[in-house]
Amino acid sequence: MTFYLQALQLSLCLGTMCMGVFISMKIFNIPDITTDGSYTLGAAVTAVLLSQHVPLILVMLASIAAGAIGGMLTGLIHTVLRIEALLAGILVMTGLYSINLVILGRSNIPLIGTSSIFNLITVFSAEISNNLVVGMIFIIALVTLLTFVLRTDFGIAMRATGSSESMVKALGINNNRMKIIGLAMANGLTALSGFLVSQFQGFADFNMGIGIVIVGLGSVLIANALKTWLNIKSIAAQLVLVILGSLIFQLVLALTLASGVDPNLLKLATAVFVLIIVALPRVSSALKKK
Amino acid sequence: MIELENISKVFNRGEANEVAALRNINLRIEKGEFAVIVGANGSGKTTLLNILAGAEKASDGHVILGGKDVTGLAEYKRSKWIARVFQNPYTGTASDLSILDNFRLAALRTQPKKLVIGIDAGFKQRVRDMIAKLGMGLENKIDLLMGSLSGGQRQALTLLMSVMDTANILLLDEPTAALDPKSSALILNLADRLIKEFHLTALCITHNLKYAHQYGSRLIQFQEGGVLRDYHANQKGALSLQDMFGWFE
Repeated sequence: MTFYLQALQLSLCLGTMCMGVFISMKIFNIPDITTDGSYTLGAAVTAVLLSQHVPLILVMLASIAAGAIGGMLTGLIHTVLRIEALLAGILVMTGLYSINLVILGRSNIPLIGTSSIFNLITVFSAEISNNLVVGMIFIIALVTLLTFVLRTDFGIAMRATGSSESMVKALGINNNRMKIIGLAMANGLTALSGFLVSQFQGFADFNMGIGIVIVGLGSVLIANALKTWLNIKSIAAQLVLVILGSLIFQLVLALTLASGVDPNLLKLATAVFVLIIVALPRVSSALKKK
Repeated sequence: MIELENISKVFNRGEANEVAALRNINLRIEKGEFAVIVGANGSGKTTLLNILAGAEKASDGHVILGGKDVTGLAEYKRSKWIARVFQNPYTGTASDLSILDNFRLAALRTQPKKLVIGIDAGFKQRVRDMIAKLGMGLENKIDLLMGSLSGGQRQALTLLMSVMDTANILLLDEPTAALDPKSSALILNLADRLIKEFHLTALCITHNLKYAHQYGSRLIQFQEGGVLRDYHANQKGALSLQDMFGWFE
């Protein structure tokens, strides 16, 4: 049981990263893989600052800011230098790998005896239940905030940027600036995930971000399938589906591990799982046409 | 008012495939004038519209809107004066957004898009009243996604969107090219109505000579990057459709 509760907990922590991927991929239509770097960056900043006993709120803001700067860099490379978003993301992600090592100073920083967001509120005495409550409060607050932003005039302009660039320019929106802000938001959210996960697992590691973008991608794709299936249109509901997608993804991985798969093969299992999510609708529609 | 001074546009300058799309164009479109532009493919009509809107930069010359030189201004900044309707109905609207959201952005064309929720009951009613003008029954479906509508419906909505915020200039680039005859007639009729009602200065490119004859207070024919014919209101009224067909033989 604890095993699955931990998967649930992890899915909440990774939920903010999934929302980030939702923003870059679904709202802006940009395949951004800065994610791998900004996730670790968020965790690295968190670990270093928490070890220095910096107040938790400042640590959180600093990690979000660090991720946002990473996203802005990708955005600037993409818009100013007109380099493809995918390549821009790879470049920043690669650069961040070194930056993360420099920030951490070594390959791994354990977080023992440091303050943690999960100890801020005590509702349940059992650690895992309390963690879940804190995680849920956090995610609900974030979904509420993002829903608000996406429903504002600015948010409508953001959503339009990914849908029709010529329209957006004709309506007085600086689409390059929009993309940079969007990528900053997406990677700020991703770094926030690094902030949460490092405290949840009790350490930050320089290669914890490798392949994390696939987790976000898979979760968003699951959310998208659910959206089509349930015919959902509202922004709030779509964000909730992204969290649900993250949960389903982590549960499938937990089940895979529980079934006795070698943990070394977990990344392979993840890749195959995402492949199945992507391929299923195509295969089924191809079969229908026959 | 639109003033174009010595506008030239050369593509691929200095290369083997150099093309002079526009040669030293001087045009002055008065406030409230509805100029229809005709001309063969490659005569420079669309390039001229793109230079006006700021989507392309002129190689030479100046673009002046309402007395202000906007030659160096980016496309999104020129939206303060210019509203556009594109050839492809899918270009002028955002498919993934609702009709209501599309209209909200259009209502802010000349204003900043702030971090406040601007859609309230009053705004929804304004959009419904506006859309009711079309008589398409869309006024009760403002939450539908733009992507679920037909090309004709989207083009009609794009036109309405152009007058949601203060507009001075309306640019129409073959707005009916992708539409069936019935929708085409509806769109041009609507454009004509809006231009008169809101006193817009309008430029409309079309390949349909019947429409060019029927609509507009001025007719300009482009050929090989230059103005070949330019008929003002009275002269245009005296033209027969037969005369115009003769131009293209």
